[in-house]
This record gives sequence, C-alpha cells and structure tokens, in this order.
Amino acid sequence: MRIFDPHIHMTSRTTDDYEAMYAAGVRALVEPAFWLGQPRTGVSSFLDYFDAITGWERFRASQFGIRHHAAIALNPKEANDPRCREVLPELDRYLRRESVVAVGETGYDSMTPEEEEVLETHLDLARRHGLPVIVHTPHRDKKHGTQRTLDAIANSGIAPGLVVLDHLNEVTVDLVADSGCWMGFSIYPDTKMDPQRMVAILQRLGTERMLVNSAADWGRSDPLLTSKTGRAMLDAGFTDAEVDGVLWENPVAFYGQSGRLDVTPLPGFELGAEAELFEGNSILRGAAAVPATATATATAS
Amino acid sequence: MSIMDEQTAARAAAPAIVVADELETRYRSGDTEERILVLGALDRITAEQAAPDLVRAVGVELVRDALRTNDPRLVAAAMGPFAGRHLGDHDWRHGVMKLVFMGVPLAGVARLDERADDELARMAADLAEEREAAGRPVPEDLLALLPASRAAAATHEPAPTRPGGR
Repeated sequence: MRIFDPHIHMTSRTTDDYEAMYAAGVRALVEPAFWLGQPRTGVSSFLDYFDAITGWERFRASQFGIRHHAAIALNPKEANDPRCREVLPELDRYLRRESVVAVGETGYDSMTPEEEEVLETHLDLARRHGLPVIVHTPHRDKKHGTQRTLDAIANSGIAPGLVVLDHLNEVTVDLVADSGCWMGFSIYPDTKMDPQRMVAILQRLGTERMLVNSAADWGRSDPLLTSKTGRAMLDAGFTDAEVDGVLWENPVAFYGQSGRLDVTPLPGFELGAEAELFEGNSILRGAAAVPATATATATAS
Repeated sequence: MSIMDEQTAARAAAPAIVVADELETRYRSGDTEERILVLGALDRITAEQAAPDLVRAVGVELVRDALRTNDPRLVAAAMGPFAGRHLGDHDWRHGVMKLVFMGVPLAGVARLDERADDELARMAADLAEEREAAGRPVPEDLLALLPASRAAAATHEPAPTRPGGR
C-alpha cells in the first residue's frame, strides 16, 4: 500500500512516527501551517515556523524516505489576533517556494468577521498564485460554518477543483459533495472520523475527489490511521486500485495542480549512500539511512 | 487575600486606565496560572461595581484571547461573571460550545440560564445531530442546551434524555 497523507503536522511528531509511517507505506505528505498549541504573539514566530515546515521538517522527512511539502497560511484561530494578522503581507514570498504546494490551513474557527476577511485574502492569494487551498471546516457550529465556507469559496471566483474542505463528517459531506470541491476527512482515534465511518461514506458517495488524512498533531492522533483506513476499505470489499486511488492518486492529483509536487522516491536513500546534511546536521546520529526496500519504489502494492 | 486581590482592591479606586493597563500587562506577560488570576480579577471587578469602559474593553480582549487557547483551565476561567455580563453574544455562545467540546462542565458558566438563547440551542442541536450520525455519545451538558430541554425547563417538566426534540 502506498500512502500520501494530505494533511499532517509533522512538527509535533517524533522520528518514531516517521519510521512507522514509512514502514506502513507513507511516501509523501503535506504539512499545512496551523497553530502550535501555545498561541503565537507576533510575526517572527510565524516566519520561523514557516521556515521550519519548508526547511527543517522537509529535511527531517527526507531522512526517512518521505517526500514532504508544505502549505502556508495564517490559521483561522490566530486570524483573530491583531498581532498575528501582520503576517499576511509576508505570505507571498513563501507561496513562491518550490516546497510549498498549497495555501492552508485557512477557514473558520469561530465564524468571526476577522476570520472571514483572512479567508478571503487566502482565497485571493491562492487564485493569484495558481495554488490549491486547504480549507479547515470549523469544529464548533460545523454545519453552519461549512455552508458559510462554501459561500466564501463561491464568492472568491476560485475554481472549486482547487479547494479541499477538510475535517468533514456525515452531516457536512453532503453539503460539499455537489460543489466541485474536494472532500477531506481527518481520521482520528476517538473524535472527528474513524476508519469504519470513513468506509461508510466512501460506500455511499464513491471515491472521487475524496482525500483521507490523519491530521496527526499535538493531540491524541495516529499517523498510521490512513493505512488503517486503507485496510478497512479492503476488508469492506474495495479493490487495491480503489484504495490506491484514495490514498495516493487523489492527493497527487489535488496537490499536483500546484505544478510543484515531487513524489519520486528520494535519492541518497539507498544503503551505502552518503546522507544529506541540513545545516551540518544529518539527525541520523550515526545510524545508517534506512535502505530503500522493494516496496519503497513500487508503483502498486 | 492574595496579592492580586489586595492590589485589585487598592486599584478599585484608581483611574480606569491604570487598572486596565495593569490587567493587560499581567495577562500578556504572565503564564497560564497568572492569566487565570487576571481573569478572576476581572470577575471580581464586575461583581463589585460596573466595570469602567476602559477596563471592560481590555477585559473583553483578554477573555477573547483566553477563549482561543487550548488549555481547558483558561477557557473555563474566561467564562465567569465578567464574560457573563460583558462578552458579546457570538463569542459567548462559542465559549459555551468550546467548553462542551473540552468536556468541561457548564456549571461554572456564569449567567448560563439567562444568556442561553435560541441560537445556542440551534448550535447544540446541530452538534447533537453530528454526534448521533457518527454513532458517538451526546454529552449531558449538550442535552440540557437543546430546544426541547429549554422548553421543558420553562414549563418545569422533566428534560428529554435523548436529543430527539428539535
């Protein structure tokens, strides 16, 4: 099984996670910009973070054989803090980086006017840069917030096929299904969505424009839930091709619209090759790079 | 009396701008525990007298900041008497819903009965619908916010135990 996690916050995960992800078949991922748990209080915190998710984290992933791309945005919650709003003029230069394949995460947290203005700014930026957008649907007042989000997308003039509405559930997926936007689902241990519920949605609505992610972050979450969802799909009678379609081809198609996606196997990953360095640090701490195995470069499981 | 209490009492007669500035500085430069104390000071100011405009304005911004955090203690501390009296309807409703999401009992929310309105009931009903569709349990506190529960409370009938009434 080859997996591309379209939404995961690796900045909060350990190398154990990277190893386990690789072993489970993850070969690519997108890390969208979000809040860090402790609120940021100024622009420089954002810039350091953006540099980290396009630099250090991308390198860290490469040491474990995983292609890492980022999305950049001012997240919905911090859009409400005037000190954080000041980062908006800085986004342009980050959105031009080769490592950045989307604007995100943007959207509503509490449906405030400030969040709306910032969402509109992001949709406009995405349209101008020709980049896809990851839109976070709110956890509170979700149905109403998802409808408001769809309205904002329609008003922006951006092509629906460039937008994924994420963290959907049984109630909100039907609002999005006919919009032309992609549908994203975050598979969590107890909350948001689980593998069995995901399978039920796929059985009802099909696999087209469906994206499955782990959204693994600081909280209780599991970066292997994409793989477990794939297994649940197989158990429910979906074919290998359909599973590959949802877990690999779909994210490749969605983020490929950026023109910057690279999901080829990583060079320098074979046994005996010299590990690359980042600022003089290989982070392998003397251990050899994990050798590329037969499954690493397989085009089908 | 804690240091915060003494100073708050001493400053009760001080110009509003001094009090507002003090609260903001302590909050912004403080850790979570200090921030909780500042929110408590806002609650006490509200209890003793109508908060001066400047203090109210600063207080609302600090409460809104606390409501955006991810520490349940801070979010709970932000929904006391000050928010009960001075926080706008939209932010207040979202504060209540956030406590439900965090599993913090709503018993600590000041003026819950007075401020719970049809819009909050609508939000609660939508969340109950999502949880049911997901096969997940509906929190007790959520049941109490539902339209049917509010109607039952108004007529002193027993509240429904399932989110059937909309």
